[in-house]
Amino acid sequence: MTQHREESIHRPGVQIFIALFVLFAIFLLSQLAAETRFVPNGKLVEQPRFWPAIGVLSMVCFGLAQIALSWRVKAGWNPGEVAVWLRAFEYLIWFMVYVAVVPVLGYLATTMAFTISLALRQGYRDVRSLGAAALLGLAIVLVFKTGLAVKIPGGAVYEYLPGPLRNFMIVNF
Amino acid sequence: MELLGSAILILARWDVVAALVVGSVGGVIIGAIPGVGAAVAIAILLPATFSLDPIVGLSALLGIYGSSMYGGAIPAILINTPGTAVNALTTYEGTPMTERGEARRALSLAYSASFYGAVFSIVCLILLSPVLAWIAPMFGSREIFLAALLGVILVVLAHRGQILLAGMMAGFGIWLNTIGLETLQYSQRYTFGQTWLSGGVDLIVVVLGLFAISQAFVLLVEPDKRAHAEPITGGLLSGFKELAVYKRVAAASGSFGVMMGMIPGVGEFTAQFLSYTYAQKTSKTPEAFGKGSPEGLIASETANNAVPAAAMIPLLALGIPGEALTAMMLSVFYVHNVIPGPGLFQNQLDFVVAIYLALLVLNVLVLVFLLFSTNILLKVIEIPTRFIGMAVLTLSFVGVYSLRNSAIDCAMAAGFGIFGFIMKRFSLPIVPIILGMVLGGIMENKLRTSMMRVKTPLDFVDRPIAFMLFLIIIIVLASHAFGLWRGFKTSRESNR
Repeated sequence: MTQHREESIHRPGVQIFIALFVLFAIFLLSQLAAETRFVPNGKLVEQPRFWPAIGVLSMVCFGLAQIALSWRVKAGWNPGEVAVWLRAFEYLIWFMVYVAVVPVLGYLATTMAFTISLALRQGYRDVRSLGAAALLGLAIVLVFKTGLAVKIPGGAVYEYLPGPLRNFMIVNF
Repeated sequence: MELLGSAILILARWDVVAALVVGSVGGVIIGAIPGVGAAVAIAILLPATFSLDPIVGLSALLGIYGSSMYGGAIPAILINTPGTAVNALTTYEGTPMTERGEARRALSLAYSASFYGAVFSIVCLILLSPVLAWIAPMFGSREIFLAALLGVILVVLAHRGQILLAGMMAGFGIWLNTIGLETLQYSQRYTFGQTWLSGGVDLIVVVLGLFAISQAFVLLVEPDKRAHAEPITGGLLSGFKELAVYKRVAAASGSFGVMMGMIPGVGEFTAQFLSYTYAQKTSKTPEAFGKGSPEGLIASETANNAVPAAAMIPLLALGIPGEALTAMMLSVFYVHNVIPGPGLFQNQLDFVVAIYLALLVLNVLVLVFLLFSTNILLKVIEIPTRFIGMAVLTLSFVGVYSLRNSAIDCAMAAGFGIFGFIMKRFSLPIVPIILGMVLGGIMENKLRTSMMRVKTPLDFVDRPIAFMLFLIIIIVLASHAFGLWRGFKTSRESNR
């Protein structure tokens, strides 16, 4: 386990990731005075600035120490790694589109459309896989919204449905 | 006896029983799916349990927590892929046994060792209750602060080979927890003038992003994998007989699991490592380890399953979570206004005993389920990984959106998802972020309240438990510094 963890430092791209994170920490440290308050004559541990300072200073100090210890490690840079990160960003966009569409089309329709289209994007073309994706969407809605009544608002399109059906759809789907 | 009756009454409800069944069976299934694991499932289900009674929600989550490692042993043994990360050592012994045509024996041993480890741990928890109930009230603000500080230190030091990175991530967690309006001086911290940051960063949003959404990205981006496992024929009860042959290894592994589970930040990996090393060093056939040794399998599975119940000790007695899963459960307690800590043992001991009993019942349920449905579970292993990624991403939406119906929460969770995805690709430590967030909040709160009665630094450790905790912190740090110095000296001498 320890060896595996030490090896992770040698992977292409990891040094750049750590360096970017430390830069972010240094930026936070530079904003400490502006983004937190210091109360004159107050006790140190009661200062609103105290714990953010502990957190940010830990990030900066440990991060700089890590860079200092591993700067000689020639991990290199693999452009393919960026491509993998970008592929993950694609699914982030999928997710955010799903989030944006649910309040409009409603949970049931959006979830089923999401699972089926994501299955198509994943390369599943056969009827069995697409059917399974549709079933997955339906099951998730039935378990969480219909069964457990989690707080997910009804879609705006439900407003166009006739009275009793509208209420039924808002409550259950 | 009256206490036990009261605890049984808490559990004797159809919704609690249903939650236990769903949680334990669901946990086994989730554990058997490589790449999902209890953390992802608990993160997703957490907000859904907020609308339930505390004992119902906790029973479901405890079910998943306590049973996922049983399920994780199945792919570890049959297809050389651990279902959950902590089943990794099981592959060393389980896979060679399967290759020798002993899959049934390996599974049977894993189930019985897991059951033994879990029950051993629960019995220890029950026996320790009176001691905990006696000690817990002695923990005031400064003791809880010191215990939380010890937890952070141990979490960081537990990441051997990545201690600096773990420290950096724990600091990140502490900082994340401070964002928003602080309630002592009513000032904004790190909101950059954005009103949506005033409420702070919700722990569940971070947990869902770092554990569930990141895992969905990992599964969706990586090549699709579809495993196949041969069905098992014959009964699976024979493992208990074989376990009795190796009772010394089982007892030692259970003890390691309990001890490591109780210490915040240490958990399954250290328990497993210690048990496995002990089993190998004391075995009559150490050469068989890594080639399908039943002792190695027992050590790994017993230690794993002894941890969850033991990890409940610091959570229930002090309100201090030892690892990511108990940190998630802490938020369920808070949502239901049940505050774990010394007060829980004083005022709601029947609730605590009900949790112990729930743990016991769920282990019996899991064992019965596994004895009859292992072959059905093999179908779960065959689900393609990208399909699972799709399911996890869709389910993550329920977890985040149902919190506050906020698209901003979803965007933040997705951002943490990308962050977690990159960290997982580099095998960087994620757990310190969560514990930094949880323990950072506890430390801030408790340090403030304890300083009201402290005039000099010595006053801080003038009570016996505070002094002991302070001493433990010094010993832990000193022994780590000594280890570093010794390692440095050895490497310098070898360079000469």
